[in-house]
Amino acid sequence: MIDVQLLKEALDVDKCVQFVTAPNTGGINVFIGTVRNHSKGKRVIRLEFEAYEPMAISEMQKIARRATEKFDIHSMAIHHRVGTLYIGEIPVVIAVGAAHREAAFQACKFAIDTLKETVPIWKKEIFEDGEVWVAAHP
Amino acid sequence: MKLTLLAFGIAKDITGQRFSEIELPDNCTVAQLRQQLAEKYPVLNNLAALRFAINSEYAQESDSLKEGDEVALIPPVSGG
Repeated sequence: MIDVQLLKEALDVDKCVQFVTAPNTGGINVFIGTVRNHSKGKRVIRLEFEAYEPMAISEMQKIARRATEKFDIHSMAIHHRVGTLYIGEIPVVIAVGAAHREAAFQACKFAIDTLKETVPIWKKEIFEDGEVWVAAHP
Repeated sequence: MKLTLLAFGIAKDITGQRFSEIELPDNCTVAQLRQQLAEKYPVLNNLAALRFAINSEYAQESDSLKEGDEVALIPPVSGG
């Protein structure tokens, strides 16, 4: 069972946890990404996330499906936000439900690591004195 | 043939538009489109990477484009 969403409003961590909660679940692993107040020594004011929406959704679905094939898990929710986010807000939530914790940890790490490599979402850091697209340049 | 070109993130800043229509010779490949864009927008060469997607799927350099395809410029992603 997978639940993938790309949302403009604040993410609901409880919703992701509820999705992966079931009678056969023995462990739930949740990754929550949060907006940090600094990057490379500079103070970050806010982040702006942009997505190629249909492809971002299909790539996140691929990740969730691959994770359920590759690891012994029951379910995965991946919710990603787009738009303007301020310090402490949540751009991404990944929740995994499994019978045992080891698979839940592994699948969660696989999902966030792969998301950062393949899902067409871009983040711009806004500083007091400028802005930069993250990872754009070597 | 006519195609739709989408550009995101820094690629959108470089080309100046998120959405445009382009005219390409038949059987043009991703590699040929990459070369054409690099000539028009040399700054694209400064990116850490630039991938292409055809109709929302990552493409290979040798893939051929077809009339009506939606081609997207995918600079290094940074979600999460």
